[in-house]
Amino acid sequence: MLDVSNLTVDLPTPAGTLHAVRGIDFTVKQGETFCIVGESGSGKSLTSLALMGLLPKGAARRADRLAFKEQDLLSLREHRMADLRGNRMAMIFQEPMTSLNPVHTVGGQLEEALLRHQPVSRKEARERAVHLLDRVGVPAPASRLRQFPHELSGGLRQRVMIAMALMCGPDLLIADEPTTALDVSIQAQILRLLRDLQDEFHMGLILVTHDLSVVARVADRVAVMYAGNFVETGPVHEIFRRPRHPYTQGLMNCIPAPGKTPPGGRLGAIAGIVPSLVGTITGCAFRNRCPFAFDDCAHGRIDLAHIGEKHHSRCLLPERQAAANAGRPELWQAEEAHVEALHQPWEKRDARPGEPVLTLDAVSQTFKVRRAMFQAKIPLHAVNEVNLDIREGEVLGLVGESGCGKSTLAKILLGLIEPTSGQVLFDGEPMHSHGRKFIARHIQPVFQDPYSALNPRKTVGFIIGQPLMVHGLAGRAEVERRVKELIDLVGLPQRVFNSLPNQLSGGQRQRVAIARALIMRPKVIICDEPTSALDVSVQSQILNLLLDLQREFSLTYLLISHNLAVVQHMAHRVAVMYLGRLVEVTNRANLFQDPRHPYTQALLDSALTPDPDAGVPDPKLGSLPPNPLDPPPGCAFHPRCPKAMEHCRTQMPRTIDDKAGRVECHLHDQTAPISIANKRARISAA
Amino acid sequence: MSATPQDDKNLPDFGAALSEPSAGQMLRRRVFGHTGLVIGGTILLIIALMALLAPLIAPHDPYAHNLANRLVPPIWHDWFYDDPRATWTHIFGTDHQGRDYLSRIIYGARISLLIGFSAAIISGVIGCTLGLVAGYYGGRVDMVVNFIITTRLAMPVILVALAVVALMGSSLTIVVLVLGFLLWDQFAVVMRTLAMQMREFDFVTSAQALGCSPRYIIMREILPNVLNALLVVMTIEMANAILLEAALSFLGLGVQPPLPSWGLMLSQAKDEIFFDPWMITIPGLALLMLVLAINLIGDGLRDVTSPEGRS
Amino acid sequence: MLRFLFRRLVMAAAVAVAVSLITFTLTNFASDPAIAMAGDTASAAEIQQIREREGFDRPLVVQYADWLSSAVVGDFGYSYRMRVPVSDLILSRIPVTMMLGGAALTFAIVLAIPMGVLAALRPNSWIDRTALGVAVLGQAMPTFWFALMMMVVFSVFLGWLPASGARSWQHFIMPAIALGYYATPAFMRLTRAGMLEVMRSDYIRTARAKGLRPHVVLFHHGLRNAIIPIVSLAAVQFGFMLGGSVVIETLFSMPGLGFLAWESISRADLPVIQAIVLVIAVFYVLLNLMADLANAYLDPRIRIG
Repeated sequence: MLDVSNLTVDLPTPAGTLHAVRGIDFTVKQGETFCIVGESGSGKSLTSLALMGLLPKGAARRADRLAFKEQDLLSLREHRMADLRGNRMAMIFQEPMTSLNPVHTVGGQLEEALLRHQPVSRKEARERAVHLLDRVGVPAPASRLRQFPHELSGGLRQRVMIAMALMCGPDLLIADEPTTALDVSIQAQILRLLRDLQDEFHMGLILVTHDLSVVARVADRVAVMYAGNFVETGPVHEIFRRPRHPYTQGLMNCIPAPGKTPPGGRLGAIAGIVPSLVGTITGCAFRNRCPFAFDDCAHGRIDLAHIGEKHHSRCLLPERQAAANAGRPELWQAEEAHVEALHQPWEKRDARPGEPVLTLDAVSQTFKVRRAMFQAKIPLHAVNEVNLDIREGEVLGLVGESGCGKSTLAKILLGLIEPTSGQVLFDGEPMHSHGRKFIARHIQPVFQDPYSALNPRKTVGFIIGQPLMVHGLAGRAEVERRVKELIDLVGLPQRVFNSLPNQLSGGQRQRVAIARALIMRPKVIICDEPTSALDVSVQSQILNLLLDLQREFSLTYLLISHNLAVVQHMAHRVAVMYLGRLVEVTNRANLFQDPRHPYTQALLDSALTPDPDAGVPDPKLGSLPPNPLDPPPGCAFHPRCPKAMEHCRTQMPRTIDDKAGRVECHLHDQTAPISIANKRARISAA
Repeated sequence: MSATPQDDKNLPDFGAALSEPSAGQMLRRRVFGHTGLVIGGTILLIIALMALLAPLIAPHDPYAHNLANRLVPPIWHDWFYDDPRATWTHIFGTDHQGRDYLSRIIYGARISLLIGFSAAIISGVIGCTLGLVAGYYGGRVDMVVNFIITTRLAMPVILVALAVVALMGSSLTIVVLVLGFLLWDQFAVVMRTLAMQMREFDFVTSAQALGCSPRYIIMREILPNVLNALLVVMTIEMANAILLEAALSFLGLGVQPPLPSWGLMLSQAKDEIFFDPWMITIPGLALLMLVLAINLIGDGLRDVTSPEGRS
Repeated sequence: MLRFLFRRLVMAAAVAVAVSLITFTLTNFASDPAIAMAGDTASAAEIQQIREREGFDRPLVVQYADWLSSAVVGDFGYSYRMRVPVSDLILSRIPVTMMLGGAALTFAIVLAIPMGVLAALRPNSWIDRTALGVAVLGQAMPTFWFALMMMVVFSVFLGWLPASGARSWQHFIMPAIALGYYATPAFMRLTRAGMLEVMRSDYIRTARAKGLRPHVVLFHHGLRNAIIPIVSLAAVQFGFMLGGSVVIETLFSMPGLGFLAWESISRADLPVIQAIVLVIAVFYVLLNLMADLANAYLDPRIRIG
């Protein structure tokens, strides 16, 4: 249906022409899902925009062939192309929050897509809109038409975007990172929806993403993109079972995959950075980062070579291997054995009962917020009666959806806000009575966004050494010595000392942030989504570094993350947060093998692993995300809980604390007065 | 770089970024590549030199009047109208008291620059303090500052300046003080917005978590990041102050005669508008050039310091 | 909504009180009302007599409270010079100023918005450069000088337009252009920047991905969003124009508020000055309130929670 041959996209930049897409070929068939996976800057998004003819001004698209349903798109005039867009080929984007026009109603935006392309009445368009909203799982679809985008949650907006793309019943749907901005539980639902709709409408689907787990679950065929080119293409099973290109293999080793990577073990990493896309690249674009590169890789043009059934790789290795020794085991497997040897006996430490270094005692934080400019302020219970021990030398994972209060909790622990009620004990003493400087000496943050974490006007040396200077802990010479020590420790070259942050890459900046957090030798580091803003290959480096440091200095981490795989990899114990409350706290093994709270179960069900056989999960979780301003009575989770019982709606669950951990759920409360109806419900639920 | 995957400590993502030209070089390149900035800078430099070296380059004493030689037309009247009174002695002619117009224009640059600069400094200090404090603290403090800003904006600048200067008696100092205390609103508004944005950056949170004082955070963490915006507002307010002084003087309530303020010259020229329109052209153009130069510099600074280029 | 309106009205009242307090204090510090009232030729005894008769010897706070309590009901006292109630004087002068301000604002918007939009659609094209030139010139040109030059050309040389007064619509052309041109750059820059930002936004990309016609994308999705901040700017600029009318009205001898202000200032007619400043301040605050309401109408994110 879609046939692309030698597609290139060039962008003019002050430094010269950037060849963002460098001659890719692919086809997409009716009813097929084709995934393009790559890290930031690989050219995957520009590829999708180029297909739609939506490239930014100045960008040049060239191709030998670009045909959609036998129609040549290259020679098509813009207004004829516009006739196709939104009609036969539709697109959904990454950011549901900003992709809908804030000043027009949902209904208006849906209807105009159909009215533009088909001779229908407004009433028919409205009926179609309601029908599709219903189909994509928007509750109360008819009443949504008059709502404005900001009145909907991110998940609902993405559903609206999907409905909008489907208004004309397109033959091809292009989805550019459709779930990246969404919470885990919503992500699974949206992917499942896309998959179902694709079958139903018999569309071709091009899904562009950076997330290998998403690819594994939804793709039929996969193209791995690197530096503007496909380096490996093939059926999803082939790619995940037998990745052949060193880059694909490297990527797969970078993500912590439960069952494959031992928790706390070393993750793979890909050296170096992507070459500049300005100018031409001779030979293999990946060779500067490839552990197996040899002389031939630097020369000539390397084409996608056939290496299996429908499986192609742009690499000279298989050829060379075949020539050298057919019987030799694959190179990367030897590498894996080596990685295996590095795993440390980590599981054993799980059981070690450390002394609590931080204790949260019924900590609550209430903010007054205004819902809109014209309304009165109402209380928001960001953190609600949280009890938690953080033990010396452990990594405690804190997971939960956005808006659940994770970051507020982090701010409390950093001494940035004093809790409305309850107290935090540090080494058994009330922490907030000590003042900020005391807290700062012992507890330090590492933030999510490495671009916002470093003052752009200060040198790296100053940034790392600043804590010592502010606290007057060392003289100038001593500060410089310590800074240089830390630069080494976090694996940065000494020459960054006088660099400004904007001269560093994201990963390097995060290393600087870690060095700065460590320089006062704190006991506890609060890592708030430390790798969420980074590419997978950089994420693995930072996770490895964090674990190394933790072991070397017996640090205690509070690791806040929405990425369950990362938490499973890093943490000894895990706390699950929902609407300001900790609903379950237990050690890693228990949590991931035997989750007790239905919310934890749902989260685990929704989490995607790079397993091509697992399919798209169908989490039994209501799609309506919680509104922290208006928490439901009783157990806050009951509206979304598949096992909710009658008294869940009215009664707050007690905290059950036993050997298996702590959980806040009526299902596990043996002492609760249970009516016969409830008992029946519980039995059937079990 | 030929490292192997297991010793990733030695293989973080270094590379191209470090070998790019330094920030200073880039800035220099952008500054000199910006036409507006270069033109504005050149004009301002010329006017500033004119002001500094006024006693050396002015052909006549700007205060020496000679009633016998009143209203001599500028030299181009010799070329176009064959007016025999126009001579090279008075290139721009003389005013109604027979004072050399060119010399008065040259000395007038001193007044405009002095007033523009001093008023911008005074208002900059007031506005920045208010804006940064409000933006950083937020909440009640912000509400109070917001109220002050609104109150200030609600007061018509020219009217209040006119009234105060008229009632207090006008002098250079009073004009500077009045303008300084009236023109801080833009500083406050811009700095407040920027400080509010900066406050959300994690490096500010880090500094707070370190226990740094608000004063330290505002001065050391935030201020360096808003300096270029500060400079831009500075040029805007300087231009404003110069224009306002001219307007006050034009209405006869600013700088007092015999000081050669351009606004005052325009005010005197107004009476001759029917017979000698060149008298209003020359000081007006001088004013236009100066303010234009300052604005071009302001726009240029905004462009070269913003990542997207012209905005 | 009512709550918001109430809060803003309280704020407006507070600003008005603050402005009047500042003006009252300033004028009373800057000059002696008794001397101002008596005029230049009065003897010391006469001045003292006036001081006692008018209560100028009372503490300033008391005088202010006295003044404010009558000002609230629209009584600003009598003009020292013209011996008529200040409120009558002001009311008679408002229409001219309003017409002038309205005309100037219209001129600025009609010139600036289309140019700003075109400039944003074709960055760095000739239209963009022209717009930039118009903006830069407008910012740099002293309003009164521009007015003078127009006067020279259109009244003195060509004799097309009247140079003083406010008797017909022709009288308003030059003053409105002079006053409006100074506000043009602000509108143009805001339109251009707003359009540039909006046209780069994700929802414009969505609109284009739906295959919508270019003019629908531009007006229905683009300009509709970019117009929102312009409303606030219009309110602010109109407020500034009321203040700026002093110079223009004086220059063109138009019997408006600004001219009255200038007359009163040069005659030290304190009650009139105080009243005019207060009236303009109240106008400014109310205009901003109206702009907020208009924004709430235009932007649903503000309207509903």
